[in-house]
Amino acid sequence: MDHFPTNWGRPRNDAFDAYGTYPIHQRPQNGPKDAFSAGVQRTQQPIVTGTSVIAIKYKDGIMMAADNLASYGSLARFKDVQRLHPVGDNTVIGAGGDMSDFQYIQTLLNELDIEEYTAQDGHSLGPAEIHEYLSQVMYARRSKINPLWNSLLVGGVKNGTRFLAYVDLLGTTYSASTLATGYGAHIAQPLLRTAVEGFEDVLTEEQALKIIENSMKVLFYRDARSLNKYQVATITKDGVNISESKHLETSWSFAEGIRGYGAQTQ
Amino acid sequence: MFRNTYDSDNTVFSPQGRLHQVEYALEAVKQGSAAVGLRSKTHSVLLALKRSTGELASYQQKMFRIDDHVGIAIAGLTSDARVLSNFMRQQAMSSKMIFNRPIPVNRLVSAIADKAQVNTQEYGRRPYGVGFLVIGQDNGGPHLYEFSPSGNSYEYYAMSIGARSQSAKTYLEKHYESFADCSLEDLVRHGLHALRETLQQDKELNINNTSIGIVGPKSENETKEVPGGAFRILENSSIEPFLKTMVAKESADAPAPAAPAAPATGDEDVQMSG
Amino acid sequence: MTQPVQQAFNPYTENGGTILAIAGADFSVIAGDTRQSEGYSIQTRYAPKVFRLTDKATLAVNGFAADGNMFVKKVRQRLEWYRHAHAKDMPIRAIARLIQTMLYARRFFPYYVYNILGGIEEDGTGAVYSFDPVGSYEREACRAAGAAQSLVQPFLDNQIYFKNQTPAPGTSFPKHLPLFTVLPLVIDSFTSATERHIEVGDGLEIYVVLAKNSDSLQGLQAIGGIQEVTANTDGERTFVIRRDLKKD
Repeated sequence: MDHFPTNWGRPRNDAFDAYGTYPIHQRPQNGPKDAFSAGVQRTQQPIVTGTSVIAIKYKDGIMMAADNLASYGSLARFKDVQRLHPVGDNTVIGAGGDMSDFQYIQTLLNELDIEEYTAQDGHSLGPAEIHEYLSQVMYARRSKINPLWNSLLVGGVKNGTRFLAYVDLLGTTYSASTLATGYGAHIAQPLLRTAVEGFEDVLTEEQALKIIENSMKVLFYRDARSLNKYQVATITKDGVNISESKHLETSWSFAEGIRGYGAQTQ
Repeated sequence: MFRNTYDSDNTVFSPQGRLHQVEYALEAVKQGSAAVGLRSKTHSVLLALKRSTGELASYQQKMFRIDDHVGIAIAGLTSDARVLSNFMRQQAMSSKMIFNRPIPVNRLVSAIADKAQVNTQEYGRRPYGVGFLVIGQDNGGPHLYEFSPSGNSYEYYAMSIGARSQSAKTYLEKHYESFADCSLEDLVRHGLHALRETLQQDKELNINNTSIGIVGPKSENETKEVPGGAFRILENSSIEPFLKTMVAKESADAPAPAAPAAPATGDEDVQMSG
Repeated sequence: MTQPVQQAFNPYTENGGTILAIAGADFSVIAGDTRQSEGYSIQTRYAPKVFRLTDKATLAVNGFAADGNMFVKKVRQRLEWYRHAHAKDMPIRAIARLIQTMLYARRFFPYYVYNILGGIEEDGTGAVYSFDPVGSYEREACRAAGAAQSLVQPFLDNQIYFKNQTPAPGTSFPKHLPLFTVLPLVIDSFTSATERHIEVGDGLEIYVVLAKNSDSLQGLQAIGGIQEVTANTDGERTFVIRRDLKKD
C-alpha cells in the first residue's frame, strides 16, 4: 500500500498539498528502490581531473612528479592544485583522475595516519602497507560498481627498501622501477624506462631530477590537459620532501615556421 | 552461595571498590593447569602442562597457533579460549588482508584486552574465564605478553599463569636476568624447570603432559626446518630432546618446592580476602 | 524521446599473459610468464601469475589481474583457516573443489580469471586441475590458458597427448612423460608464444612440484638458476626455475 496521498491518482485537493508542490506528472517515487534507482549517484565519469603522475626509483629513494592542474573537461579550471600527498613519514601518493575522489582518498589516508600515529607503539605504516590498503579500497569500490576514478602511484622508502607501485579504479596493481599514469604511461614511460632501467642504484638525485624534468617537459608539450607548473616529491631514508611549484622553461619558437602551430601567413 | 551482596552482577562495585565477578574470573584462570612463558633476545617460548581427565582420556589442548608469528598458551576455560583465539586469528588475517602486514603483537593483545574489558562493564555479560600467555615476533623482536580476564595486558621478560603458577614465578624471578642472552635450548630448559615447579609432589614432566611453543630460529633439537622462525607447537616425541636437557631437581639450583598453593580441587567456592 | 546515453563503468579489464601446467607421474609443472599489460601498454615486466599455496599445491591465475590477486588472497585465507582447524595442509583435490565453490559463488559477478592448479595428489601422483571463470573444472594431464592458449594448447595436445601422431609399429606412446622432457616443452611453449603473441614475454616462472622421494629429483639440481622454495626435504618439494623471455 502506498501511503503517500499524492500518489493516489485522484484530483488535486488543496487540503493536503495546498501549494501544489508536486506537479501531477512528476510525483515523488516512493516505491522500493533497486540497483537502477536514480536516487543513488555513482561516479560514472570523472569531472574535475588531474592528468599524468610520473615516478622513478633512484639511488637514494623515489622521485615523483605531477603538475598543478585540475581540468574541467577541456577547461583548465584550477591551476594551483597539489596532486602529491604525503602519508606518514615514508610515503607519498600521487593521483591522476577525478580530484574529488582523490580528496576523499586523502581524508581516508589521513584518518588511517592518525589512527596509526596515536597507537604510539613503534609500529608505522610504510609505503607497501599503504599501497595494499589503497588497493583494497579501490578494488572494493570497483566491486560495488562505484569506483573511485583515479590512477594512483604510491612511492616510499622504509627500512632501506624502496617501494614504488600503481593502483587504479579497477583495483589493478603493479610495480616497476619507473611508473607513469594516464598520458604519461604512453609518452613519459618509454623515456623513463630508457633513462632509469638498469641504473636504479646509481642515479643521483640531480640526475633523477633531470630525468623527471625532461619527462614533465615532454608531457607539457604533448598533453593538452597539462600545465607548465608542477611539483616534485622525493622520498629518501631521511623522509618526505614535496617541492614548491616549479615552472617549466619551454620554447615554442620552432612553431613559427610550421604550418598548423603559429599564426598562418597564408 | 553469595559471598556478599555485590557479586552477582559484574557491573556493580562493592563498597571496597572492587568487581567481585571479575576477581572470580581471575580465579578460574588459577584453576587451569599452568603455562610458562620466557623471552630472550632472539626467541620467545611457551611451556604448558596438559591435564588429562584419566588414563583413558586424551590430554587437553593448551596451545593455539594464531598466525605464523603469534601463538598462545591458555589457562582456564578452554571454550572461552577458543572464542578468543578465533577472534585473534580473524584480527591477524584482516591485518594480512588489508595491509599485507603481520599484525603487531601488542595490538593483537590490546584487541582482546579491550574485548575482555567490555565484559567487565556491560550489563548482562560475564568476564572471560581464561588467561593467555601470548608470544610473537614483529619488527620489535620477540615478545611475551600476559592477558587476563580483567582486561589487563602486560609485557614480560618471563611469566607464568594457572594452577600453582606462583612456584614457577618464584623460579623465573630468580633466573630472569640471564634469559636475555640465553640460547633457545637454555631458555626452554629454564621454562621446563619453572613449569616443573607447578607439579604436584609425585608428578613429573613427560612427553605426554608437556607442550612447547616457540617463535624464533630453529633449535638443534628440532628436526623440521622453520622458515622465518615461525611459531610452532612441539608435542609428544618432538619434545623428548628438550626434556632430556632438564637437570634433576636436587642438583638444579631451583628453589626448594614452595608451599603448596591454594588447593586446586575447585569444588569449594573461592575464598576472597578482604 | 531519447534518453541520455551513459557510458556504464566497466569493472573488468584483460591483463594478458599466459599460463600452463603439465602433470607427470610423480611431479607437476606449473608455469606462467611475468608480463602484465593492458591494451598495447606493458604495465610491468614482472608481475607473478604463479603462486605456491602449500607444499603440494601451486596455483596459476590468468585474466583480470586485480581479480586474480584478490582470488589468490582469498584462497590462501581459506587454506589458513583449514590449517587452524586441522593442523595440516588441505589436500589438492579439496583445494580444487574449494576453488570451484569460491568461483561459482560469484556466478553472477564472476572473477574474470582462468585458474590452473597443479601439484601432488594424496596418492603421490602429479595432478593438474583447470577451471573456467565460474568454476567448471576437471583433472587433466595438461592445460594452457590465457592470451596464448590458442597457440600453446594445440602444441601440448600434440606433444603430451600425442594427438595426430602414430607410434612406430610395435611401440606405444608413454602415458606420462619424464620431467627432463616436460621442462623443455614448457620453455619452448613460452618462447614460441612470446614470438607470436604481443601480450606474452619478459620473464618466465616455472614451478616444479615433486612428490615425496620422486626420482625426478635427479638432474633437477643441474638446471641453472633453480631455486628450492620448500624448507623441508622429507616431503613434497617445490622448485622455481626462472628464465628471461624476449621483452619486445
